[in-house]
Amino acid sequence: MNSSLLILIPLLPLLGFIINGIGFRHLPKNLAGVIGSATALGAFAISILAWNGFDGQPQLVKLFDWISIGQLNIAFSFQIDQLSLLMLMVVTGVGSLIHIYSVGYMSHDEGFGKFFAFLNLFLFFMLLLVMGSNYVIMFIGWEGVGLCSYLLIGFWNKVTNYNNAARKAFIMNRIGDLGFLLGIFMIIQTFGSVEYLDVFSKAANGSFSVNDSVIIIITALLFVGAMGKSAQIPLYTWLPDAMAGPTPVSALIHAATMVTAGIYMVIRSNVLYSLAPATLGVVGGIGLLTAVVAASIGLYQNDIKKVLAYSTVSQLGYMFLALGVGAYTSAMFHVMTHAFFKALLFLGAGSVIHAMSDEQDIRNMGGLRKHLPVTFWTFLIATLAISGIIPFAGFFSKDEILAHVFEHNKIMWGIGLVTSMMTAFYMFRLLFVTFFGKFRGTHEQEHHLHESPASMTIPLVILAVLSAVGGLMNIPHALHGGESLEHFMAPLFELSKQVNPDLFEGHMEHSTEYILMGVSVGAAVLSILFAYNLFISRNTVPAADKDVTGFAKVLQNKYYVDELYEAVFVNPMRKLSNLLYSFGEFLIDVVVNGAGRLVQISAGRMRLLQSGETGFYVFAMVIGIVVILAWNFLLK
Amino acid sequence: MFPQATPSIPDVVQLIPLQNYVLLATTLFVIGIVGVLTRRNALIIFMSVELMLNAVNLLLIAFSTYKSDPVGQVFVFFIMAVAAAEVAVGLAIIVMIYRNTRTIDIGFLNKLKW
Repeated sequence: MNSSLLILIPLLPLLGFIINGIGFRHLPKNLAGVIGSATALGAFAISILAWNGFDGQPQLVKLFDWISIGQLNIAFSFQIDQLSLLMLMVVTGVGSLIHIYSVGYMSHDEGFGKFFAFLNLFLFFMLLLVMGSNYVIMFIGWEGVGLCSYLLIGFWNKVTNYNNAARKAFIMNRIGDLGFLLGIFMIIQTFGSVEYLDVFSKAANGSFSVNDSVIIIITALLFVGAMGKSAQIPLYTWLPDAMAGPTPVSALIHAATMVTAGIYMVIRSNVLYSLAPATLGVVGGIGLLTAVVAASIGLYQNDIKKVLAYSTVSQLGYMFLALGVGAYTSAMFHVMTHAFFKALLFLGAGSVIHAMSDEQDIRNMGGLRKHLPVTFWTFLIATLAISGIIPFAGFFSKDEILAHVFEHNKIMWGIGLVTSMMTAFYMFRLLFVTFFGKFRGTHEQEHHLHESPASMTIPLVILAVLSAVGGLMNIPHALHGGESLEHFMAPLFELSKQVNPDLFEGHMEHSTEYILMGVSVGAAVLSILFAYNLFISRNTVPAADKDVTGFAKVLQNKYYVDELYEAVFVNPMRKLSNLLYSFGEFLIDVVVNGAGRLVQISAGRMRLLQSGETGFYVFAMVIGIVVILAWNFLLK
Repeated sequence: MFPQATPSIPDVVQLIPLQNYVLLATTLFVIGIVGVLTRRNALIIFMSVELMLNAVNLLLIAFSTYKSDPVGQVFVFFIMAVAAAEVAVGLAIIVMIYRNTRTIDIGFLNKLKW
């Protein structure tokens, strides 16, 4: 694969950012949209070429030597292997669809060109992240997508709440980044290099035993970074708040790409994590906890985007659960299928919001399936996928994860099953309340209801097709499939298998697998029937905020976690910062003003010497001469 | 050309000790200073300045005689010439002051105060 063509992949979006960023006030809207989408599509086209030209060996493309200090040599280079190719396809593919969607969604917005500039910048950094061949390039992309997330969440920057949400996202990301950075430092300290190939070969060459404390610390620190970026407990509260940004942003960044960076990082470092099963235990535990907690909160949310946000947090928890039991391929599989159906869900929600004149509360919607047919059908397909109904994509990936968890620990499997039941329930609750029943909005809104333009519905349809057939990537042997993804990604985990074969052991009887599949589909169908009964047969509408009591109130208020953080971390920081600020001001007042006052006072005294009397001046002269003479002749 | 028969001046002169001349010159100098600092009449101040100059002259001549070094006396000539020029200019200024302010009391010349 020609290396200059590979360099074009991140370069095209960067170019789009520069053109749109500088010229967005001067370019007509259509041109800005075309440039923005064309660069994304171009990157996708080149990614397809790279995919076709891949020969099975990792390809390194070095751009230039960047940092060279003593023994440490950090180069700016890309690594193209199975993992980066998969991520490239997802990022550029879903990214292009979302760019096209944004042309329709943001058409009324005056910051249209700026939006596309930021989207392209985000794409650039995300591509750096997945294409980098060492941890430092990944970190550049890591930080860059955090920045773009901040820019895009606070895109409508006249509203203070949105700015606060953007700031919160950025700060929480940074807390994670500190851990990530410390992890990189330890990697440099331990291995003397940051290149993936170097680090992994050194880790696997036998000098580190399983659960070596150094590796545990490194992997734990790297996971702290993943916690921040991929919204795991405790650093997850930024993601629901990030829904303040425009819906395409939520789809791209907070569903399909940026939040999966943590999972990408763990899969990339699978050798290190396989060497530290203790950390993997923590990863799995936190993933499971996040999945359950977020799903429970999603049960009682009434903003269409907030439900999807908590759903994203919960699904990310699933992915980390998969990583925690060593099922790297399943996690990657779920990343990809989740990208398809979650982006579809968000874009569909955007379509609904667009049609409802920016209304987002599902209690004010209803019966939309007659007015928005394409949106309804695609949303239905996505909801079926996320609930894990066969044969949609979500079934295969989720079932694979649950199967691996079952081998590992039955209780965790049970909790995972409960979570998927909750997922099915709240997703169908969302579907039923929004699209079925009687319309509950205002007359104005009903008047304006219309299906979205083609630029918005075509991406929906494409993503719906992908959500439906995406599962074909990795049909398990039990269902007579070829497990193509598993075989494709197998070379990535060879070193891992070498250092910790126990992690990859475990083969399930086909009969057990069938039972598990049956149980999970059955449980999901049960939840769907329960939701159907509640919301269609009995036509209940979620209660108004003030009517909710008891445990439901706790769930609706997100377990009061935000308030807890506010009280424990944010307010003391604010008070400390105010204290230091006033102390600093006081010091400046004393020192700076004091210097001025000093000059003023002494000058005031000195000026009285100018009395104007000649005799006094002569006297002063005499004194001066006496002093000089005394100095020279007496004090020598 | 210059006969050396007559006794050299230093032997005769050293009958009066040098300290006396120094004391006299210092006294005259201090009186001159006090006069400059204390008196308010411009002309008296001038006279005190002249007194100071002459005190210095006296000192210079005394030392020159005692050391038989003519440099001191040559310097006295310089001082006298400069003193004369200074007096001429100073008196001209006092005349102008009188013409403008009708007084030569220096207490009235305090316009350069703060």
